[in-house]
Amino acid sequence: MNKKWVGTNVPRKEGIEKVTGKSKYIDDLTFPDMIYGITVRSDVPRGTIRKIHFADNINWDEFTIVTIEDIPGENVVTLIESDQPFLADKEIRHQQEPILLLAHPDKSLLEEARRSIRIEVDELPAIFNIEESLNKKQIIYSDDNIIKEYLITKGNTDDVWDSAYKIVSEEYHTGAQEQLYIENNGMIAIANDEEVTVWGSMQCPYYIHKALMPLFDLPAEKIRIIQTATGGGFGGKEEYPSIIAGHAALLARKAQKPVKLMYDRAEDMVATTKRHPSHTRQKIAVDENGKLLAIDIDFVLDGGAYTTLSAVVLSRGAIHAAGPYACENIRIRARAVATNTPPQGAFRGFGAPQSIFAFERHLDLVAKQLNMCPVEFRKQNFLQQGSLNATGQKIEEEVRLDKVLDLALEKSQYFAKKKQFAVHNSQKNVKTYKGVGLASFYHGAGFTGSGEVYLASIVGARLTADGKVKVLAASTEIGQGTNTIFSQIAADALGIDYDMVEIETPDTSKVPNSGPTVASRTCMIVGKLVESAVCGIRDTLLKSNLLTSEYTSQQFITASKKYLEDFGELKIFVKYKPPAGIHWDEKNYRGSAYSAYAWAVYVAEVSVDKYTYEMQVDDFVAVQEVGEVVHPILAQGQIEGGVAQGIGYALYEDVVWRNGQMANNQMTNYIIPTSLDAPDIRVFFSEPFQPGGVRKGIGELPMDGTAPAVISAVENATGKHVCHVPLRPEDLMMLYRKET
Amino acid sequence: MQKISFEVNGKSVNVEVHPFSRLLDVLRNELELTGTKEGCGEGECGACSVFIDGILVNSCLVPTSQVQDCKVETIENIAQDNELHTVQQAFIETGGAQCGICTPGMIMATINILRSHPQASDNEIREGLAGNFCRCTGYTKIIDAVKKSIEEKKDESVSS
Ligand code: FES
Ligand code: FES
Repeated sequence: MNKKWVGTNVPRKEGIEKVTGKSKYIDDLTFPDMIYGITVRSDVPRGTIRKIHFADNINWDEFTIVTIEDIPGENVVTLIESDQPFLADKEIRHQQEPILLLAHPDKSLLEEARRSIRIEVDELPAIFNIEESLNKKQIIYSDDNIIKEYLITKGNTDDVWDSAYKIVSEEYHTGAQEQLYIENNGMIAIANDEEVTVWGSMQCPYYIHKALMPLFDLPAEKIRIIQTATGGGFGGKEEYPSIIAGHAALLARKAQKPVKLMYDRAEDMVATTKRHPSHTRQKIAVDENGKLLAIDIDFVLDGGAYTTLSAVVLSRGAIHAAGPYACENIRIRARAVATNTPPQGAFRGFGAPQSIFAFERHLDLVAKQLNMCPVEFRKQNFLQQGSLNATGQKIEEEVRLDKVLDLALEKSQYFAKKKQFAVHNSQKNVKTYKGVGLASFYHGAGFTGSGEVYLASIVGARLTADGKVKVLAASTEIGQGTNTIFSQIAADALGIDYDMVEIETPDTSKVPNSGPTVASRTCMIVGKLVESAVCGIRDTLLKSNLLTSEYTSQQFITASKKYLEDFGELKIFVKYKPPAGIHWDEKNYRGSAYSAYAWAVYVAEVSVDKYTYEMQVDDFVAVQEVGEVVHPILAQGQIEGGVAQGIGYALYEDVVWRNGQMANNQMTNYIIPTSLDAPDIRVFFSEPFQPGGVRKGIGELPMDGTAPAVISAVENATGKHVCHVPLRPEDLMMLYRKET
Repeated sequence: MQKISFEVNGKSVNVEVHPFSRLLDVLRNELELTGTKEGCGEGECGACSVFIDGILVNSCLVPTSQVQDCKVETIENIAQDNELHTVQQAFIETGGAQCGICTPGMIMATINILRSHPQASDNEIREGLAGNFCRCTGYTKIIDAVKKSIEEKKDESVSS
């Protein structure tokens, strides 16, 4: 196939609307007669609802009030387990749990009304962190607080400890992180007893669709979900929007009017999901040359009060926990535990940033104890073509992670900088310490294991009246460029102009279920399906003798129009087929966890203020192998944005918990990087390992390696071994205090 | 309720709103100018940036009574006669807009940089954007867009 569009920087499909302010996000829409909703939530972390009191300063007759009595179907958010209700019935399991819903035509009256409702609760003792949950201080989930547990074993670690040259153990912690998309969550719903339609900000229209069918006890064709322009997601709009959509629709059904339910920033931050906090124990055995002999990892995530996606977040974290390194003996025990906090959820990287942070930090420690260069130590343990990773998956492609590493070292001037900084740091009169640090890692794209087989994604394509091609997929544009890359892929597959491809709005009444927009799967998995679907269109035109094998864009249009004239319509649907040779043993967690991995080495350079302990990232080099790059500018943009989030994760973004909820739920005191905090992020794509245009995911990758690289640089600058993120100046100060 | 008259994008408007209504809401709801976005409602994110008498402000912090007789300019006024402004063109070309929710505010901030520092250095660019959050781009491509706009402006002034 000749590639004219893939690999080029075509203008982004929705570019003009975005730069002119014409894109319609959910809060930009109003419907005739629309009223506004609000959610009344619990203000205790655990307890039993006794009674709900409505103060008499409010004329409640003017309000639409939805309680559990108004739920026509099942009061359960359908996801992995059916344990989370749309509205708490008797039992409250976390702060900010939705209890009832209000709506009124005058938005300004809602807040006072919300505050005029008092939920009388018999409070129960609650648990708030991993330690309390593991210690079973209270049992709040099943009989041991464990939401999910996995064990990955390879070889036998127990045989190694006695004879090893060195064993190094340490514990690592990572904090919660808020996705902080700049567009808050929101939905507009219209509903009656027969049907429900919801518009809103989301990543996964069909997740919402699936959750609303049982809630309203309606068949699939009576529920319609439509994505509006979405101002960022990063995982934060994967599962929680199902709840907001359900709430908006319940209010709309009761009010018999369109209802807009918008969260403001404070509510979005306090009530919706965040990245799972983690606690990891590492134990590694090495020989005297620095060969990894055994790796023992105990990885625990705080899942919050309900199951939600914790089991799958945990799974990805566990599979990535031993990184892109070869080792004969590996044991990874992974557990997600329940606490009385709002459920944690999907966030770029999906468990991998937590486990990779712990592992990469630990490799630095092992190298230090071996008196080895951390780069050499990593390099000699890299996975190679033919090696088996932690789950026993054989690496089939010709991996050249050493090449990726070399490029990163060269672009960052790693060794020269290291020398230069050592001199700088030894000078008495300087105000800062400087350091450089590195992380190497890989990230599997697509759903884990048999996930893609179960999803069985479908993509369609059809001819439009003017003879162009329209792609039908539920994959959402959330900033990453879905519309653009699908058009490039389709245009090349058909050999027609980029402008001749259109993308249908993700609307469940118009597009098939191409699976959720998560797990870096859109370009790799769904992109392939787009290719086959549009090829189906072409083949039909060829078979109908309307087109010959060589054609111009204009001839394609003519043929399409003729086809439509003769036959009415042309729509083709294709379904995902698993690639050959992919075997996954779900029970034992062995086999091919992912059909492709992206490989990367990141280098950070930091300076640390000697007096205030403030840390600044001065330079950042991100080198990765992601297969074929469909749109270089969009791809760089994904990496740059992910790196900035990773810098935030490492140094700034601190979720302060108080009594089981986020206390700093404002942009004013939850600090994300601004243009003054982010460095120039320098992105490089290494030559693809495989020929033939193989594509791998890129969205999540940058989140994995950034924090460990940054913290490694801080360690190089200060000589302090840092075992947690976020690392605030005050934490660093305490590390200095400890020593003196 | 109070009658307030001011100019928006060159047209005079009269609204009758609570004097403390946020300018952001009046623009978005009364005047249907939804290009100005709300990210935080507390002056942190800059998604709601507009010009009032040529000064860049966060419209979520401005009570509407304060703009009586003022000239307000929003993102809707930046492209003229369906022609994109050079800054908008630069954002498209450099990839400065991803999800787009911060973009109107970023474009207003960029125009402010061009007006106040036509030759802005890298540091002045970063300073000039520091009141606007972007969660998607990591700022690199937004800064590229500002640089590109500065370059184009130079070319324009050379040729004219
Ligand atoms: S909405 Fe005004 S600064 Fe964020
Ligand atoms: S482009 Fe999404 S927040 Fe800036």
